[in-house]
Amino acid sequence: MKTLMLGLSLLLSSAAAAPVTLKALYMKQAAYSETDIQKMTRAFETTHPDVKVSLEFVPYEALHDKIVSAASAGTNGYDVVLFDVIWPTEFAKNGFLQDVTARIPASDNAKVFPGAWKTVEAGGKRYGMPWILDTKYLYYNKAILSKAGFKTPPRTWAELLTQANAIKAKGLVKYPLVWSWSQAEALICDYTTLLSAFGGSFYQGGKPSFNAGGGLKALEFMTDTLRQGVSNPNSREYLEEDVRKVFSNGEAAFALNWTYMYALANNPKESKVAGQVGVVPAPGVKGVSAASAMNGSMALGIPTGSGHKDEAWAYIRHMTSQPVQETYAKLSLPIWKSSYSKPAVTKGQTDLVTAARTSLGVMLPRPTIAQYPQLSTALQTALQKALLGQQTPKQALDDAARVASRLR
Amino acid sequence: MAAPTVPRARRTFSIPLSWPLLLPLVLLLACVVGYPLLRTVYLSFTDASLNALGTRPAWVGAQNYLTALTNPDFHATLWHSTYFSVASVGLELVLGVLVALLLNQPFRGRTAARALLILPWAIPTIVNATMWRWIYNPEYGALNALLTQVGLTGTYRSWLGEPGLALNMVVLADVWKNYPLVALITLAALQSVPAEIHEAAALDGAGAWTRFWKLTLPAIAGPLSVAVVLRTIEAFKVFDIIYVMTRGGPADTTKTASFTVYQEAYTYLQAGSGAAYANVMVLVSALLIAAYLWLSRRQGQA
Repeated sequence: MKTLMLGLSLLLSSAAAAPVTLKALYMKQAAYSETDIQKMTRAFETTHPDVKVSLEFVPYEALHDKIVSAASAGTNGYDVVLFDVIWPTEFAKNGFLQDVTARIPASDNAKVFPGAWKTVEAGGKRYGMPWILDTKYLYYNKAILSKAGFKTPPRTWAELLTQANAIKAKGLVKYPLVWSWSQAEALICDYTTLLSAFGGSFYQGGKPSFNAGGGLKALEFMTDTLRQGVSNPNSREYLEEDVRKVFSNGEAAFALNWTYMYALANNPKESKVAGQVGVVPAPGVKGVSAASAMNGSMALGIPTGSGHKDEAWAYIRHMTSQPVQETYAKLSLPIWKSSYSKPAVTKGQTDLVTAARTSLGVMLPRPTIAQYPQLSTALQTALQKALLGQQTPKQALDDAARVASRLR
Repeated sequence: MAAPTVPRARRTFSIPLSWPLLLPLVLLLACVVGYPLLRTVYLSFTDASLNALGTRPAWVGAQNYLTALTNPDFHATLWHSTYFSVASVGLELVLGVLVALLLNQPFRGRTAARALLILPWAIPTIVNATMWRWIYNPEYGALNALLTQVGLTGTYRSWLGEPGLALNMVVLADVWKNYPLVALITLAALQSVPAEIHEAAALDGAGAWTRFWKLTLPAIAGPLSVAVVLRTIEAFKVFDIIYVMTRGGPADTTKTASFTVYQEAYTYLQAGSGAAYANVMVLVSALLIAAYLWLSRRQGQA
């Protein structure tokens, strides 16, 4: 009995002195790797011995629903969550995320890219710190292009089609282009890039406008590439990682993908085409745009239910700090402007940093409405119907626009 | 001579005693079954939303049900669930019985084969779904490689990318995982059929087919119908394998009713209408089961 009491009191006293444990939610794919995130976190724990951080990784596709269900479950949820640029409006409206506007030093405003700040802003307030500054770039296989007789990568989508057709005609690869057109958010990201190139918009004057002009031309371009046989038809069931595998296997001349693919496609352990991978901003359209990009950034925030907001904020500041971001700049480029001239960041990836200078300045955001998940689902279905030839691009987008006009 | 009856005094005494004894179980069931069920019914008549935590949802009457029942997209997903159930349970039944008949024959290594049978069923659905995604991969998948090597096809197909194919391919992945359950139940039932009956029938000149039809099938019909009901309930509410393999794509052709419920409640945060969709699903599956039970009882009486 005595030993039991002793054991109990020991247990209780150790519990009282136990460090705060933060629960953090991250995603499994793209941008920083799990190992990188673990290393960054361990570094934080050594400088903050009273704080422990337990990490959880889920696929991107499960991230939104995890955050939402944890928030509705009440207090025992997460202390730090990774969130996508398309969610702040919804999360702010529903009170899922803590307003941290006052915590961010004013001196940071000019140091971080405006596009990155957009990731955390809703209704004039900030709900976290941007962490992954990302957009889709055009990757190309230098060896295939030079075999086909092209010295420079395409600057316009029309030029890209010409090059792709020539590559196909010479039999260098069966399908020169590969995309992530599975029924998922990835499809919306590719579509948004093209919509930005063709000068389209999602909404105009509060009404859906993607079913005409640039939005329609973007989808017509997508279906055209399939009809001409230059886009890999399997793109319709691919996500980003599938795109990376096909491109890294040397089976595609062009691919649209996030920053993280640059390092991995150039890594001989991961890729058969290491050393031949070129990267440029996604092309533009003559007379409309010089380059195209979409905002695919992500940020770290504190759920309102967290009981350790101060510790969580200290951890977020560490993860988003300039030194940490510069150390791990291989899979995700920093949010800090001045990092882009630092050798630690540019070394071995000058092409990527050069492309980033252009792309990060022209990133088109996806619509910032609270009912974005509904809009995205409707658009995904519509785009797939057109890509599968079940509907014409116009019919498909008109259907999606009808749904979109009811959302806000 | 009448059967001995329980003395009257004891019987009247035992009923009031049984009630307090049953109470813990009743309470437990009320907590884990009753409350969630009633809560879902209540929510389905409100505009409850995960958007508005802490505020009292407003009563909207049958509005959510009207929306659900008139939504053509939901009709399509109900149809996909039905198709999935009929196709997968049908195939599992045929394959399960065939494999059970095979494993019921004496041969070397039968014990090992029976142990292996359970393996697919023991694999978690997520693992099974991921594995089949790889097998179906249009560029590097085993299925395309196999079909090409044996000369059945010259071109690689996008198994999960073609609207007409995708749902069927998911059905096959599900059949592979779940037929062992049917096979096991059948195998257990087969053990109860004495070999002598088969021998006697064979002596009387009954062929293999007649013996299966007249002797084996009646013996396993009862256990098999249990397997069918269990599998149909599970198949109709299929969600996880779809979530991992196709997420409802291509172009919504593999979107099942459960997927709609999930999307409504957790992606769109509409708890009220999500509950209404869920209740419609429960009703449809209850009807399916009732119809099945009615049919099997009629067959039993005939």
